[in-house]
Amino acid sequence: MVERGPNMKRRTLLAGMAALPAAACSDLAETGPAGDLFDAAEDWHRTAHRALAKRQALAPEYSRDERSPDIRGNGSLTVDTDDYRAQAANGFADWRLEVRGLVDKPLSLSLADLKALPQRTQITRHDCVEGWSAIAEWTGPQLSALLDAARVREDANFIVFRCADRLYDRDYYESVDMVDAYHPQTIIAHELNGEPLPEKNGAPLRMRIERQLGYKHAKYLTAIEAVASFEDIHGGKGGFWEDLGDYQWYAGI
Amino acid sequence: MKKHALSTRIWHWLNALAFVVLFMSGLNISNAHRYLYWGDYGFDPADAWMSVIRFPAWATIPQRYDLAEARDWHSSFAWLFALSLLLMWTASLVNRHFWRDIAATLHEWSPKTLAQSLRDHLRGHFHGEGGIYNPLQKISYGIVLGVLLPMMIFTGLAISPGFEPAAPWLVDILGGRQSARSLHFIVAWLLFGFVVVHIVMVLLSGAVMQIEDMITGGEREELDDG
Repeated sequence: MVERGPNMKRRTLLAGMAALPAAACSDLAETGPAGDLFDAAEDWHRTAHRALAKRQALAPEYSRDERSPDIRGNGSLTVDTDDYRAQAANGFADWRLEVRGLVDKPLSLSLADLKALPQRTQITRHDCVEGWSAIAEWTGPQLSALLDAARVREDANFIVFRCADRLYDRDYYESVDMVDAYHPQTIIAHELNGEPLPEKNGAPLRMRIERQLGYKHAKYLTAIEAVASFEDIHGGKGGFWEDLGDYQWYAGI
Repeated sequence: MKKHALSTRIWHWLNALAFVVLFMSGLNISNAHRYLYWGDYGFDPADAWMSVIRFPAWATIPQRYDLAEARDWHSSFAWLFALSLLLMWTASLVNRHFWRDIAATLHEWSPKTLAQSLRDHLRGHFHGEGGIYNPLQKISYGIVLGVLLPMMIFTGLAISPGFEPAAPWLVDILGGRQSARSLHFIVAWLLFGFVVVHIVMVLLSGAVMQIEDMITGGEREELDDG
């Protein structure tokens, strides 16, 4: 069963369009001619992808019998804190997801609040930057529903995902522009194949950004933050792997 | 007239550069997950149809394992590779290079002619009659230009999750994303094989003159094919 998302509002469309040049500028902040060339090529790929398909075109969805036997855990496989272990033991009943930043109405939601929203279930393929793929069924509310409920302001260009996990002594985080934030398949998954999200896959909450590679799909989600720019966040490149290893911010290739 | 048109020469050298960068950065990317699968998914080495060797640093771009930087080189030079191939094909159809020099006639496709061409090659006689390329050359260039190089672009696009919503049918006809990834790898090595043979043939058939002709254009011998 697939539930269609609400149509994008004009305001969010405008926000999505505004995000494109902003993204181009922040990408070009890197130094050196090779860096400039690489960033330009990355922008052309994103522009071409969005010109060739509709901005809200869906990633393919599969049937239940096309699922892979498992979905590999990669990167952080748990959150190594007493608090997380206590929360897990308690079925994450006290887990909170904040919606904050450039919003008129900040939210703090429990797992029960998220499950009370309209849900979208999708069987999609997870493609890792390393090259492997797995197919699984994900369920959760659409990010657009939360952004609309929190009333994202027009000066917001990106949505930043804050996470509980740490890798190499740094906080994991990720970001997308408004086009992907409001994409109908962009959901906050709390179920994998009909079961609560397993620890290795990001329990209790993770993002699904279906038209991009796995490292964009932030796990162990604690907050959703609307920002004008991600330049002042951590390393300034918009995500954990982007900061650590200079991975591409647009991971649609 | 020139043996090689300016468009052919520019494309040849741009493509040579793009191929070297794409192939070597591709080997770096291959090192990230050295298993190939058929179908839509694949992540467990136990399900792989092929376990690929770890390519040594000297063979990769950059010259150390760095997936992020290899992907930068790869997706940047993919633009050069794809756009120059498109322009070369346009020029070859417009200036009739394809029809005049590469399209092989039915006669040239016949087993007898191909066997003769092969015997000529083994005797060290490489030059065609009635054209600048012999039948084996025409057919291998045709396969490289018309099948293998375009396949690299199509299989590459099919691996890209951001491109897929624009043409989901492309991933389907290639048999799923992991099949497209396997084909991308196989065709890359077929092209590498072509490059090796191509360089050997150039060396055996007067390397200096051949390379000079591909730079200056050379002069076409006016042959009478009557």
